[in-house]
Amino acid sequence: MTAAAPSPVAPVQDESLLRAALKGLVVPLCGVAFAFGVWSLEGRVLDAYDTVTAMNIGVAMMLAVSLNIVNGMTGQFSIGHAGFMALGGYTSGMVTYYGSLLLWGTAARQGGPFGAGEWLFAASCVAGGLVSACAGYVVGLPSLRLRGDYLAIVTLGFGEILRVLLQQTNRVIGSREGLAEAKWRELIPPPVGGAVGFNGLPKYTNLFWVGLFLSLTVIFAVRLKRSAIGRSMIAIREDEIASYSVGVNVTRVKVRSFVIAAFLAGVAGGLYAHRIGVNIEPRDAGFQRSFEYIIMTVLGGKGSVTGSMIAASILTYLPEWLRDFDRYRMIIYASLLIAMMLLRPQGLLGSREIWDFLPWFRKRRGTAR
Amino acid sequence: MADFVQTLETALAVGSLYALIALGYTMVYGILKFINFAHGDVVVLGAWISYTVAQWCLKRLAPADGPPLWLGPVVLACAMTVCGVLGFLIERLAYKPLRRAPRLNVLITAIGVSLLLQNVGQLDAVFGSSPVSMPALLPNPALVRMSFGGPGSSEVVIGLVDATIFVTAGLLMLALETIVYRTRLGAAMRAVSFNAETAALMGINANRIISFTFVTGSVLAAAAGFLYAMKYPGLNQPAHTIWVLLGLKAFVSAVIGGIGNVRGALLGGFVIAFVEQFGAFYISSNYRDVYVFALLIIILLIRPTGILGTPYREKV
Repeated sequence: MTAAAPSPVAPVQDESLLRAALKGLVVPLCGVAFAFGVWSLEGRVLDAYDTVTAMNIGVAMMLAVSLNIVNGMTGQFSIGHAGFMALGGYTSGMVTYYGSLLLWGTAARQGGPFGAGEWLFAASCVAGGLVSACAGYVVGLPSLRLRGDYLAIVTLGFGEILRVLLQQTNRVIGSREGLAEAKWRELIPPPVGGAVGFNGLPKYTNLFWVGLFLSLTVIFAVRLKRSAIGRSMIAIREDEIASYSVGVNVTRVKVRSFVIAAFLAGVAGGLYAHRIGVNIEPRDAGFQRSFEYIIMTVLGGKGSVTGSMIAASILTYLPEWLRDFDRYRMIIYASLLIAMMLLRPQGLLGSREIWDFLPWFRKRRGTAR
Repeated sequence: MADFVQTLETALAVGSLYALIALGYTMVYGILKFINFAHGDVVVLGAWISYTVAQWCLKRLAPADGPPLWLGPVVLACAMTVCGVLGFLIERLAYKPLRRAPRLNVLITAIGVSLLLQNVGQLDAVFGSSPVSMPALLPNPALVRMSFGGPGSSEVVIGLVDATIFVTAGLLMLALETIVYRTRLGAAMRAVSFNAETAALMGINANRIISFTFVTGSVLAAAAGFLYAMKYPGLNQPAHTIWVLLGLKAFVSAVIGGIGNVRGALLGGFVIAFVEQFGAFYISSNYRDVYVFALLIIILLIRPTGILGTPYREKV
């Protein structure tokens, strides 16, 4: 009996491995399906105006969710999130704009859906994310020595420095010949338009790409929260010294959370830069924009992925909904922020997710707060 | 040489403004251990209230030969009073209920108060959203003329306005120094800053001391706003980036000097102003904000608690 006992375990383990792999794929595939789903709404259910609003909501959700990894899960206070977003946006814009110029001789849109241009755009978003992640590493490093307020100031300084540097960049070069003949001083600092913003980017962002990157971000964030790293992040938020004393590498986890958040923000910046309508400007890196994302995460609840998504969609949709709202927008945001801190400091959902409120899921998921 | 002295003079004037504002940041941090982001907006309100009062008085009086000399101090007093009351209300309504909350929550509330002040000030019913020009309450004759080198070379001029800024700022800082280090009230402030609970056990009314700190900080901020409006008469609308940067630089001064330290705020204000002005003059004025924030990051990395701040060890 005792010898026979392990034998049935092995095939079951193999099967569960396969099933685990399949199960692991199911969720990302759902994300792709979601992307196709929202894309199919474009032009049918949603008119051009609604589409732009939906894209704005998607990008805001990505930024709020990514900021929540630093501010909500790890409990560090970053006021420079818009800086990462802008850095990613500018990088991605440079890749598509100058890439298109070099490849096709024009910065106009190339190919239809899933044409060459769109793939270049998708790659550029990832490139923006990577550059932004490097910046996240550099900004996260001071968290070795600084904590709390001081770290907040450094991130704020990062965003402001970036804003000023972006204002001093060169004019955009309009043609391939211009690019070939450009002198060094026209290329350094990079030709991304200076104070007027980076104009003339091809408008590749559509609901498919927003849906895809958003669902991947959300899946990643939810899984991160349940993973070992995510749990050490939450431990650091709750008590840094206690988590250090039980063996959490505090510095590494903090820097990681910065890098992850910066990467996701950079990708969102790529989507932001290629939207229909406004272009990306140096102002987008400033801390006033960072505050908007902070408000979303605070409102949603610290560490709650779905909470910050709800808050992001409400706060992005409200101005579209209320006419003449723009003048009072910041007043309402500010009052919300204060009222929230006084009355419900844990945010709308606290650190729970929306499915924690459904009894069936709660039973299945067990813990995972 | 003349350029150098002129830059020095500007840096001193700007530095005393930064120092005045930084004092408010540093006093609040010293006692409540959080960054009062709304302090920079009290400066803005001080400047705008000065403008409103000055404009109203000038319209009422309609003096034939320029504004009378007593108008400046009256306007300053009005701005200080209103901002003092405002500082009291902000503390009482927004920060006091959060006395026992985590510091991050208080920080977020402070950001909220800051955004609220900016955007309420921007409403048409309050100050409006377009820039105005501050009436000149003082004549600006040259008090000192220094020329370097031969005739025809540029000369350095120190005007009455800059001199007023030095004198007023200096007097206010001296008054604060006296209050903090020479009076019973100041001793109570230092005690609360050292340990609020023990101070309360010794019979100090901590809440009253905290209110007093906010009022003092806001009064100094109002004075800084007034002096700023005297030096740079083109007043931007309350939510303009210029104001935010002014507040941020003053705040950076407080951090560089060692936040929570009154003398550190003075030192930090002048250091920041020197770096900003000399960097702008000798390197490039486009990057003046970059110098300030880069210096901040460098200092924080070398000495996380600022130049005069005492290094602390975290106890469990």
